Amino acid sequence: MATPLSLKELSRKEVLLTAGHRMCSGCGAPTVVKMVLLASEYPIIAANATGCLEVSTCISEYTAWKIPWIHNAFENAAATISGVETMYRSLKKQGKLSKEIKFIAFGGDGGTYDIGFQSLSGAMERGHDMIYICYDNGAYMNTGIQRSSATPFGADTTTCPAGSVIPGKLQQRKDLTKIMAAHGIPYAAQASPSSWSDLMKKVRKALEIKGPKFMNIIAPCNRGWRSRTDDSILLSRLAVETCYWPLYEIENGVTRVTVKPKEKKPLVDFLKPQGRFKHMFAPENEWMLKAAQAEVNKNWERLLKEEAFTASLETPKE
Amino acid sequence: MGQEIVAVTGNEAVANALRQVNPDVSAAYPITPATDIMQRFTSFVSNGLVKTEMILVESEHSAMSACIGASAAGGRVMTATSSQGLALMWEILFIASGSRLPIVMALVNRALSAPLNIHGDHSDGMGARDCGWIQLWSENAQEAYDNTIQAFRIAEHLDIRLPAMTCMDGFIISHSIERMEYLDDEAVKNFAGEFKTTNPLLDIEHPVSYGPLILPDYYMEFRRAHADVMSKVTKVVLDTAKDFEKISGRKYGLFETYRLEDAEIAFVILNSAAGTSKDVIDEFRNKGIKAGLLKPRLYRPFPYEEVGEALKHLKAVCVLDRADAFGASYGPLFTDIAASLYPYKERPILINKIYGLGGRDYLPEHAELVLNELAETAKTGKVKTFKEYIGVRE
Repeated sequence: MATPLSLKELSRKEVLLTAGHRMCSGCGAPTVVKMVLLASEYPIIAANATGCLEVSTCISEYTAWKIPWIHNAFENAAATISGVETMYRSLKKQGKLSKEIKFIAFGGDGGTYDIGFQSLSGAMERGHDMIYICYDNGAYMNTGIQRSSATPFGADTTTCPAGSVIPGKLQQRKDLTKIMAAHGIPYAAQASPSSWSDLMKKVRKALEIKGPKFMNIIAPCNRGWRSRTDDSILLSRLAVETCYWPLYEIENGVTRVTVKPKEKKPLVDFLKPQGRFKHMFAPENEWMLKAAQAEVNKNWERLLKEEAFTASLETPKE
Repeated sequence: MGQEIVAVTGNEAVANALRQVNPDVSAAYPITPATDIMQRFTSFVSNGLVKTEMILVESEHSAMSACIGASAAGGRVMTATSSQGLALMWEILFIASGSRLPIVMALVNRALSAPLNIHGDHSDGMGARDCGWIQLWSENAQEAYDNTIQAFRIAEHLDIRLPAMTCMDGFIISHSIERMEYLDDEAVKNFAGEFKTTNPLLDIEHPVSYGPLILPDYYMEFRRAHADVMSKVTKVVLDTAKDFEKISGRKYGLFETYRLEDAEIAFVILNSAAGTSKDVIDEFRNKGIKAGLLKPRLYRPFPYEEVGEALKHLKAVCVLDRADAFGASYGPLFTDIAASLYPYKERPILINKIYGLGGRDYLPEHAELVLNELAETAKTGKVKTFKEYIGVRE
């Protein structure tokens, strides 16, 4: 069992991603990384896919990482950490190492949903003892806000710009958390830095579970979302409260919604503060707001049904 | 020097070299004709003959990616591949060498698609010749076995720390049974020695960062450092060969020369076709024609000076390439040989033949035709054609 979180204990812990990294002010990703590393009670070795987090935290002779860290390429953080973890098992079996170490891969949505998808799927199927954490900001932000399969419906990006004929991204996003859960891994979860205690509890829990784990964490990007620099936590909270980004976990096939909004807010509350959805508020694009809301409703209702259904499947404990 | 004489395929020989070296981790993906190496090796794993942990990945891209993670973690790592597999790894090959990780890879040379072809040629290895890896090429099963064992010592040498690939011809060597000699397990274990870690990720007391972003302010210094390390490889290859001779009785250098010292005409040729060529050279020698051969072993880094010295006295040389470099230019081996001879005022006439693509047989009559042409060229100083395909339908 994971030790319960204590603010007192956390406040005394060393922050393992130092200040002085070059992420944009207001970026959600380093907040997510700090929370993940703070939650761990074990030494962590991390792999990092090419992306904002990677290019901004280890430049020339500077590194912001106080833990062992490896960046290989864009699409292979999962395969890379699987190699590190396997060497750990090999040396441990040979009696050359004894310490308990945990392994985490960090990737953005481009490096996870798209180009790194095969590498991730393979690593999960092979059963490595690792957590893959996607910080999902919904586009290729590092290269300048291009569309990914995690980009929400309707969003204006630099490769699906809202024009006079095509009003932004016309496809719904890929539900990666469910796809990873469908690998039959022991733990898959969604989290948000706005619910820090939920996020950190999930990390702690995942670290106690043997085998491959996946966490998808929303990480607002004010450059790409065209939002205010200090709204990162506010927007990630609105994502949760509108049920655009439900907080749940799937543990051994059992779904549990970990944070249920008291009142499900309309999706426009999440969309309105973001410039990338501005065109959807034009009268001729009203259908887009409706379609986006309908998708959220469908997914949320389905999630609640899954929660009820999988609870009924839970085998009674001996 | 306990040696066992066996009749085995090239793949079996390499698999046994890997068993004897006993790496900590291996990641691999099946591809013809290299598959057989990993099938044999995984049976060693399943039967407890090695301590290796296998990572049976979902692609060669992930195989090389996982090898990088495992190697940076701090241990001995190997893999094997061919053709499309190596092509899929291409991006990651540079990251392995740029990160100075001593991964060893058995490359079973095979043609590249399209058209799809599973047979032996050198297009794959040549496509990866400038990716910062060490390349050792092998004529037969014995050389593939010996090179595999030596590759670990060279790659892991503390002055080097670069990945190395050993090359042998797909099917022609990988699947043909030959007589060869195995060293005993203990001798190979001692020769390979314990793996020495340098900045391992698993040393959590001393955290290191691998794979930084290096912008124009320092990138060039990193590349220059890589080039400098490359220049130290030849010495380590020769030192390793000397030590290897002590346990095996077999001599290795940067390249092999065959009846070259007093020759007037010669072949430069890689891998298995060198064997056929040597037989034909003997026949020509019997007829009084002074023919010889140079077979590169260390192809990357290429020992330009040593090769130039060995070839400069000749009248005419034909470089035979089992791969073409498209662009109406010469084959890749030819351009290296030409570069090695360029500094000499007096140098042989050079011609280039492309042969054996996609596993097309290289026959004694092909060697005869080339030698006759070289003899004529040496006599008249006239070149029929600088580059042509041989053994091909016109």
